[in-house]
Amino acid sequence: MTMTTSKHASPAASSKAAVTGSEAIVKFLKDSGADLVFGYPGGAIIPFYDALYGSGIRHILCRHEQGAALAADGFARASGKTGVVIATSGPGATNLVTGLANAHMDSVPLVAITGQVATTSIGTDSFQEADIYGITIPITKYNYLVKDPADLLDVLSEAFHLASSGRPGPVLIDLPKDIQTAAIHYRVPRPPAIPGYDPRPAPDPQDVAALAEALALSLRPVFYVGGGAAGCDKELIKLAEGSDVAVATTLLAKGIFPDSHELSLGLPGMHGSKYSNLAINESDLIVGLGVRFDDRVVGDVRGFAPLARVAHVDVDQAEIGKRLSVDLAVHGDLKLALDLLIKKLKPRRRPEWHGRIQELKARHPLTVPSGRGAIKPQAAVKAVSDLTRGKAVIVTDVGQHQMWAAQFIESNRPRRFLSSGGLGAMGYGLPAAMGAALSGPGVPVVLITGDGGIQMNIQELATIRENDIPVKIIVSNNSCLGMVRQWQQFFCGKRYSETVFRYNPDFSRLAQAYGIPGKRVEDPDLLVKAISDLLEAPGPGLLDIQVEKEENVLPMIPAGKGQTDFFGEEA
Amino acid sequence: MKKIMSILVRNRPGVLSHVAGLVTRRGYNVESIAAGPTENREITRITLVVRGEEHNLDQVAKQIRKLIDVIRVDPIPHEDAMTGELALITVSFTPEKKSEIMNLIGLLGLTIKHIEKDSATVMIAGSAQSVDTAINGLSPFFIRAMARTGLVALPLYDNGS
Repeated sequence: MTMTTSKHASPAASSKAAVTGSEAIVKFLKDSGADLVFGYPGGAIIPFYDALYGSGIRHILCRHEQGAALAADGFARASGKTGVVIATSGPGATNLVTGLANAHMDSVPLVAITGQVATTSIGTDSFQEADIYGITIPITKYNYLVKDPADLLDVLSEAFHLASSGRPGPVLIDLPKDIQTAAIHYRVPRPPAIPGYDPRPAPDPQDVAALAEALALSLRPVFYVGGGAAGCDKELIKLAEGSDVAVATTLLAKGIFPDSHELSLGLPGMHGSKYSNLAINESDLIVGLGVRFDDRVVGDVRGFAPLARVAHVDVDQAEIGKRLSVDLAVHGDLKLALDLLIKKLKPRRRPEWHGRIQELKARHPLTVPSGRGAIKPQAAVKAVSDLTRGKAVIVTDVGQHQMWAAQFIESNRPRRFLSSGGLGAMGYGLPAAMGAALSGPGVPVVLITGDGGIQMNIQELATIRENDIPVKIIVSNNSCLGMVRQWQQFFCGKRYSETVFRYNPDFSRLAQAYGIPGKRVEDPDLLVKAISDLLEAPGPGLLDIQVEKEENVLPMIPAGKGQTDFFGEEA
Repeated sequence: MKKIMSILVRNRPGVLSHVAGLVTRRGYNVESIAAGPTENREITRITLVVRGEEHNLDQVAKQIRKLIDVIRVDPIPHEDAMTGELALITVSFTPEKKSEIMNLIGLLGLTIKHIEKDSATVMIAGSAQSVDTAINGLSPFFIRAMARTGLVALPLYDNGS
């Protein structure tokens, strides 16, 4: 059968004043600038896809709904816009779950639209029926099951408002088939009015004054910055430089404060640099900014920053005091708080602290291990950093390579380092890189992934080829699940239980099968050239780098241990 | 410790699932949950009684406050709370015990909702303590069935709040 393109409007559009629910959604998406969406069709979402046809909205047909959700996530993180993902009912909807949970953990603005069986069939175990509303309550910021077509437009407008405001997050709209076909009158939706929801709470000026005073008195202050600071990079630089405050950035905050800055401590926590953890350990004032004192950073709460008063500024009141009781709390929008803080704080030089930071960085640098034999995975990551010099969006998957990327990639701007942080979802990298590249970042998108992670969403190579998405794919290939293997080496006496792949495909040839240029490199002397070739060639490409198998991510503070309990060293 | 929270929510489908699910998911124990309409049709009041560590309970209040449908959360200190509960209790008895039980029902101030030759269903409405007292009083007899509403409470609003 040949595919023909019909330009006829769908039959339902013929009635004059009314449009179908599906047409209303398409019009709403266009009007609100959501002109690029990701998805996968199916029975219960056919009316929506019919309205999408020829609408001018660009739809990226992924090869799995999880890939679509993660692509929308990468699009959102790289652009700051709200990502949109569409799936059908039942299995289509359940396949979104990991993507939604991931966006929920990392506060990524996402709107998911799922088809559902008709309202008259809900609850009867119809074909491809799943209670996705119930399933996604704990992993969305909010969710809807639309039962009345009259609610549809207000639901859409509220959903986009909720996803992108306050502490952002994913919102799901479950859309029964009869709602998609119902006739409704298109109108401009009412501005969202949600009693009790304040997306931009103003901080109490007295709390900010107390913070300014604490900062003025502090001798060794550290800003501990999280993903919530994404829009506050300029304010941070101004404050840090004005007052010699050292700045530690979590995985999700990487680049918000430049890695290359003298005052940057980079990543703190389990796989952070020693100097970062030691500086926090010596600090007398830790100021958490848009961050959640995650267990991978804080470890044992009793041992975290023992000499410091702890302050916390966050838009989400439930984060304040959640894991760690704080001495100073500022609840409010971070940008408003920092603007106020800049006004109240008298800049002050701290030459001793500044000097101490430089000393710690010089004494405990992060270095690529030397040694002959196979390519060191750290060297591959470092080469990517040296060749891109901050002028790339780096996307990672999850595992050892992710931590090496966090350690060795130099990132100096927000939205240039994308990673699945809170959920740690393997399979994130390939689709997220695809979404990031489609957001038009203006710089190349480089994916650093592993042989485990890429195989969790490898089907998206087809999407990349089909849409000619210029993602540069680097597979740090050690034929094992390196991070778990590392834990087994350290904590299970090298009993490598189910972490070594006895068979892997040839990734370079697999890429070729998908129509994507693929190469493999094994020789350390050819590494830099191979990466450089990959980056310079136009369009997508894949480089399979055969790396040292039993390499470990160090330093390491074992889970739940104190901040200076570096693995393998005397305390 | 025990904590009573009075929660005002938007009257939306699924709102009770959101609140109840959150409480369970975050590892707190629900002692009772009661929901019903308020003076405003669009707003529902949920009275939640939870048990846990003090620190955790502050956290659960914050997490509930964060739910999109939640308008406000008022923690209710026991002493100044206006609280109440209702229970329906069915007791069975033999004919020779009937007068004794009727006597007791009178003494406890229970209302008889239904009566048969060998059983009676009584109602009590009052403080949680008076409900406990009634149940204790009837417990020597055979309590065949019981339904408690769980506590409902109203915060003492200041004028204008």
